[in-house]
Amino acid sequence: MESAAGRLKEFSRGVRDEAPILLGVAPFGMIYGVLAVSAGISPIAAQAMSCILFAGASQFILAKLFTGATSVFVMVMTAFVVNLRHALYSASVAPYTTSLSLYWRLILSYLLTDEAYAVTISHYRAHGVSRFRHWYFFGAGITLWLTWQLSSAVGIFLGSQIPSGWGLDFTLPLTFIAIVVPLIEDRAMLTCAVVAGVCALFLVFLPMKLGLLMSALTGIIAGIWSDK
Amino acid sequence: MSSIWIAMILAGFMTFMTRFSFIAISGRWSPSARFRRGLQFVPVAVLTAIITPEVVALGGQPDSGLLNPRFIAALVAAVIAWKTRNTILTIAVGMLLFSFLNFVLH
Repeated sequence: MESAAGRLKEFSRGVRDEAPILLGVAPFGMIYGVLAVSAGISPIAAQAMSCILFAGASQFILAKLFTGATSVFVMVMTAFVVNLRHALYSASVAPYTTSLSLYWRLILSYLLTDEAYAVTISHYRAHGVSRFRHWYFFGAGITLWLTWQLSSAVGIFLGSQIPSGWGLDFTLPLTFIAIVVPLIEDRAMLTCAVVAGVCALFLVFLPMKLGLLMSALTGIIAGIWSDK
Repeated sequence: MSSIWIAMILAGFMTFMTRFSFIAISGRWSPSARFRRGLQFVPVAVLTAIITPEVVALGGQPDSGLLNPRFIAALVAAVIAWKTRNTILTIAVGMLLFSFLNFVLH
């Protein structure tokens, strides 16, 4: 009983902390659904992509590449590059997963999106590892997953989208701000943030989210460098 | 049509492997203290890199520069996050201010 309560507590905290982000993610799922179908992708394939690939930015790009009759090789390599930043998330979260079973690692890795990563790493950093801490990760990850599947389905099968004038997607940067600011505890972190942030503005024109990856790496290097 | 299936399955596999990479070996991987310190910079770097293009409107777009609802709301949200460390408050005030400024300026 006690362990069930412990799991539920972590799980529900994960769901709760992820909730604001879901508001911003849902419209994107719907937009993806509409886009994929109008790109000529069958509804089943479009929904399958949300499950098999489960990575928003790359799904949008694949839908666009599909209309241009791009080769499978280019599509796969593009998606791979777009999603490379997840390797950073993996490395960042890994130290907290050392005692988990292979089964848990497979599931949590599958659920490792930007949005699930952000709240999870913040929670791990604040509270460390515990017997049930991975249930937080699972809670955040599975709610994001469900939201993505459902909103994709709404876009695919109903062809509806929330008018973009609502600006709900602004909850994403806001939630990230709420997470990042407390993490900036010293000058090295501040340097890292400023460098990464400024670089991202200059490199935003780069394709395949390379700007994001390069800005992040530059910020990390700047942080390590200014640690001395 | 099958090309999209092949592409998505391969891309899905590679994306999963990317996510799984370090988590897979976490039991056998003992990063050095230096590497661990380096890892601490990951969330700050990545999240900030995602945030800034979302809140700073670059030249050529409507609401260019810094005097736009997103940037102002984000700035205020950052100050609130700094002072209170309260996630809900940060997001709520940020959204309210953003909606208000959007309404007023348009």
